[in-house]
Amino acid sequence: MAKKLMRGSHVLGEAAVRAGCRYYFGYPITPQNEVPEYMSGRLLEVGGTFVQAESELASINMVIGASMAGGRVMTSSSSPGISLKQEGISYLAGLELPAVVANMVRGGPGLGNIAPAQSDYFQATRGGGHGDYRCIVLAPASCQELCDMTFKAFDLADKYRNPVMIMGDGMMGQMMEPVEFPEAIDLASLPAKDWTLSGAKGRPPRAILSLLLNPKVLEEHNYKLTRKYDAVVREEVAWESYMTEDARMVLVAYGTAARIAKGAIARVRQMGMKVGLLRPKTLWPFPYKALWELSKVVRQLLVVELSSGQMIEDVELAVKGRAEVNFYGRPGGMVPTPDEVAHQITHYYYRAQLDQDDSSGLAAGGLK
Amino acid sequence: MKKVFEAPKSLKPNIFHYCPGCGHSLIHRLVAEVFDELGIREDVIGVPPAGCAVLAYNYFDVDMGEAPHGRALAVATGIKRVLPEKIVFTYQGDGDIAAIGTAETIHAANRGENITAIFVNNGVYGMTGGQMAPTTLPGMNSTTTPGGRDVDRDGSPLNLTEMLAIAKGSVFLERVAVTSPAKVKKAKKAIKTAFQTQIDGKGFSLVEVLSACPTNWKMSPVQACKWIESDMTKVFPLGNIKDETGYK
Repeated sequence: MAKKLMRGSHVLGEAAVRAGCRYYFGYPITPQNEVPEYMSGRLLEVGGTFVQAESELASINMVIGASMAGGRVMTSSSSPGISLKQEGISYLAGLELPAVVANMVRGGPGLGNIAPAQSDYFQATRGGGHGDYRCIVLAPASCQELCDMTFKAFDLADKYRNPVMIMGDGMMGQMMEPVEFPEAIDLASLPAKDWTLSGAKGRPPRAILSLLLNPKVLEEHNYKLTRKYDAVVREEVAWESYMTEDARMVLVAYGTAARIAKGAIARVRQMGMKVGLLRPKTLWPFPYKALWELSKVVRQLLVVELSSGQMIEDVELAVKGRAEVNFYGRPGGMVPTPDEVAHQITHYYYRAQLDQDDSSGLAAGGLK
Repeated sequence: MKKVFEAPKSLKPNIFHYCPGCGHSLIHRLVAEVFDELGIREDVIGVPPAGCAVLAYNYFDVDMGEAPHGRALAVATGIKRVLPEKIVFTYQGDGDIAAIGTAETIHAANRGENITAIFVNNGVYGMTGGQMAPTTLPGMNSTTTPGGRDVDRDGSPLNLTEMLAIAKGSVFLERVAVTSPAKVKKAKKAIKTAFQTQIDGKGFSLVEVLSACPTNWKMSPVQACKWIESDMTKVFPLGNIKDETGYK
């Protein structure tokens, strides 16, 4: 199939429909209004249902209902709206309901602004709402990857009966890139769900319950979720290693920040600096093991984020003090240029004497 | 021997956990009888509230999915949009439907969602121990209105069902009570009409049931029923509020 030039928000919508999504419930918020706009028309064409709800609260609860009834369902929003949806996301996780939630992150806190940001990392990767739970969080860095991850998101949601979040940002939603879409799936090919609400015809009634008053029962439910999350950690971690083979310093960045990092790496490579990138494609589960392995040979890491520093905490957890972890980020919707990041790389690279010969590859920037 | 009375098939044979004199068990039974009579039990999907009826799935012998506090009509909207041929109902208290869930309620009605809501109004937050509800009467005692509800300080009770009548999508709205055999019969008739409205695809239907909470009102069940008829119905008058069903 020929590539189509499309903006990120439309890519998300088109990929969702091709992945079998037939139900979308949303509420307008910039910078993702093109998602509900696209879905309102596209779902009409395929006989699906689009509801513009009265609030983010209502829309995420409509998602809960649609998922209970067995629908492939999604919603999307941007940071302040995602905060409002957190109650429902906690319920989705507790009720073990599959759903896809896209967050085109904007500057915060509060109303913030409508510029691209990555400041919802903590919220997304630590659950976000109340209770012991996790969302699977996918972080695309291009429109093509947004398309592919949207397909993946619906399958992961069904596989684990858990909410899956797609973390983009204002830039990803707006930018246009050529995308090759997979063929639309055949809805009949999806595995049957034996737990949905459909009316108790010829079977005992089902109850999908959130209230588990007995602490022993809720403890077991929490452990059941924990075992599920353990399986996600074992099976679903994904990352990209970029020019890390000979690298003496590695940047860690995801999404839009990773693209900027690649631009910076191209610049410093021209100057002979051996710098690579590790790009988490899943933010939860986080590629702790990959970073731990990397830190055996690379002792200088530079985390780049469109925030004042959130993912850096996971990087530090991953390398357990074995590598020096530095940070460069711009919060509040400011987007650094590749040149800006290249300056930061240069600073840390020479400070650690990484330009000097080191046959072991460890001494220069290494352990104190 | 001829059987003249039996438990509704749409109720599970479980003992209600509700307090003595509480209206919930009676209202559960009426709803279940309506399911039996309309022959819809196997097509019904219910959404209980957060509140005293949160355990309703223990009693209704139908599929049920729990909603967050106040969001029952949004959850029900999601279910109904995926399964439009099923009979979807919410069962909500006054705090759930008329305070925290006001927006979801008004917009579900205004969209004309083809759903039935059973709204149990007892004028207090029962499960949390008798705090002021949006429907607490002026002067009425609650644990958060010392000296009784003072309208200057605490605002006035909200007539949600009358508000919903303004919404174009609402089709059948009625307020009933379960304080006497005659009123119970009327209540059941309204509940049956509400579900028939949905079966016929006409749009949003709601029955508000004035219901006693002797525990939090600190009255005997008999006193509580009398008080509903003497005081509560002055603020919440019984009767049909909107009927655009076209039924005779």
